[in-house]
Amino acid sequence: MKKHSFILAAAALVAGLAMAPAAQAAEAGMQPERQAWSFGGIFGTYDTNQLQRGFQVFREVCASCHGAHLIAFRNLMEPGGPEFSEAQVRALAAEYEVADITADGGVRPAVPADRWPSPFANDQEARDANGGSMPPDFSVLAKARGVKDPFPTWVFNYFTGYQEGGPDYIHALLTGYHAEVPETAPHGEDGTPFQLPEGKYYNDYFPGHAIGMAPPLADGVIDYADGENGVSVPETLDQYSTDVSAFMMWMAEPHLVSRKQTGFVVLIFLVVFAGLMWGTKRKLWAGIEH
Amino acid sequence: MSEHSTYIPGNAVEKWLDDRLPVVRFAREHLMDFPTPKNLNYWWTFGAILVMCLGVQIVTGIILAMHYTPNVAMAFDSVEHIRRDVNGGRIIQATHAVGASMFFVALYIHMFRGLFYGSYKAPREILWILGVLIFLLTTATAFMGYILPWGQMSFWGATVISNIFSAIPLVGESIKQLVLGGFAVGNPTLNRFFSLHYLLPFIIAAVVALHIWALHVPGNNNPVGVEVKDTRDTVPFHPYYTMKDLFAMVVFMIPFAWFVFFAPDILGHPDNYIMANSQVTPAHIVPEWYLLPFYTILRAIDFNVLFIDSKLGGVIAMGGAMLCLLIVPWLDTSKVRSGTFRPMFKWFYGLFVLNFLGLAYLGAQEAAEPYTTLAKVCTAYYFIYFLVILPVLSRIETPKPLPTSISESVLGKAHA
Repeated sequence: MKKHSFILAAAALVAGLAMAPAAQAAEAGMQPERQAWSFGGIFGTYDTNQLQRGFQVFREVCASCHGAHLIAFRNLMEPGGPEFSEAQVRALAAEYEVADITADGGVRPAVPADRWPSPFANDQEARDANGGSMPPDFSVLAKARGVKDPFPTWVFNYFTGYQEGGPDYIHALLTGYHAEVPETAPHGEDGTPFQLPEGKYYNDYFPGHAIGMAPPLADGVIDYADGENGVSVPETLDQYSTDVSAFMMWMAEPHLVSRKQTGFVVLIFLVVFAGLMWGTKRKLWAGIEH
Repeated sequence: MSEHSTYIPGNAVEKWLDDRLPVVRFAREHLMDFPTPKNLNYWWTFGAILVMCLGVQIVTGIILAMHYTPNVAMAFDSVEHIRRDVNGGRIIQATHAVGASMFFVALYIHMFRGLFYGSYKAPREILWILGVLIFLLTTATAFMGYILPWGQMSFWGATVISNIFSAIPLVGESIKQLVLGGFAVGNPTLNRFFSLHYLLPFIIAAVVALHIWALHVPGNNNPVGVEVKDTRDTVPFHPYYTMKDLFAMVVFMIPFAWFVFFAPDILGHPDNYIMANSQVTPAHIVPEWYLLPFYTILRAIDFNVLFIDSKLGGVIAMGGAMLCLLIVPWLDTSKVRSGTFRPMFKWFYGLFVLNFLGLAYLGAQEAAEPYTTLAKVCTAYYFIYFLVILPVLSRIETPKPLPTSISESVLGKAHA
């Protein structure tokens, strides 16, 4: 009967999952394509060079409108992140001014312990400067966005540990702009063509397709330094988008690498421990008919 | 309480203690020598797993409370502070968040085990009712805990669920305001939910103690459902079941650790990484997965019945779904406990499990066809199972012959 109840439970599970059709919300944007992230999968770790490039994109482009109030300058030199040197971080921080009521004049140069300064004093100021749209804070944004996968993909996600929906979406969003409303744009129920409101931009992946942010990146807008061995990274929209998405994932999950490292130790321990417990239990019960 | 121990104090100190506060005797009787049916299968290990889950939630929760700030302006960032800056904080926080889900996995398995093997039948009705009470308290605790990170789903989940109270005629609005501490979810709500979220686990622990007490009066049910006849049917709890339960706990910790270390956010909703904002409603408000079956029942009643409007109807249906669990000992009057010996019951039970998973799935879907119709069908089967199928089966079903004792069934299996 032990077997019977297992079969029953297994059948219940399979049927429950098979019943799940893809639920696609009508107003959602297109399904983003999965990218090959260095931090994807159980063995994935951040690529330090990529995070440094992503930081450059963030600092030179995004940071003029988007804040990252949970990130301190010191985080940039922590292991598992962009790993800038302490001297680099001190020099970087000193370029910024932060509000400090105990300082002369109310401001002073930042130190590594300070948080990343926000570009606007408050939300209303941010809206006023951006045509009414609020540029969201980047601190945990990569985890606040996700991809809704159709069946059976979402079932597999539990076993592959797929957590990269956020960066996938951000990459898709950054590369998904159209200069004009494309023919693929959804029509109204009565067949009227898609109406793009004044001051909005058409994006394939943004829910509702009308986004307040102008296309922030384009080929060649940021100058990547060549590597020491003369290797250069392509200065393309796709490359910038990938790099900044990776950097945003790091901001949202700065301890991802050490979390996975600990996880391996814990899981290996538990599996070995369970094996020993199983052997002990069997030996103990060997003399009992049950 | 029953005497099962042959405990004799070993020395003068133990004798002295035994005459005044017999804790050692108590522990021997209830944690070591307690006679336990020897044929319990692994579905029976989930009781011990649940004790572990409660312990994990309390320990991690107490540590989290040391670093958490229950204030609408600071709560969201304080959870991130725990993840980023507190030593070991990201593991403790992830364990607590994933732990809630694992708690409910174990809780549902434990309950469905009871429903299959008839563990609610005489003389275990009080044991079962206390169990349902623990389920309700745990649900309330988990719901309030989900508010604390103060993300979008926290806020809007609280807004939707607290509206349940306003469906009650006459006093509903007042009760809702009392629960929320105002007209809408806000700082007073967060404060009182934090306070209650800290209190309820200890009440749960107390009810668990009663649950185990009620278990130790009649003793365990077992997969055959035949009462223990003599000592040949049982083994002492320790070391046989302590060992088996510990093994099961370690195995249970493997998927638990998988989620904590490799997919800590997969059981949550991305929207909860956006700070609560009363001005922006999320596209889809979904409760945590473990509340979905009951959420579906709440939403399934989208029509008025006589003078009862759909809102109150939904609340009555959801309350009724939980009430069914409380009275199931009197709905299923079949003398045979174990579903193994009930040829018809088995199929209806299997369908009930599928139906419950269906209810959970439908709770996560938007309120549109075909989901709304399916939700009504699944809700109907939930109630028909308890109110019609169980009472009727008890009368018309011919059960298979029962073994005369646990020992006989065990021997039969060994020689088969």
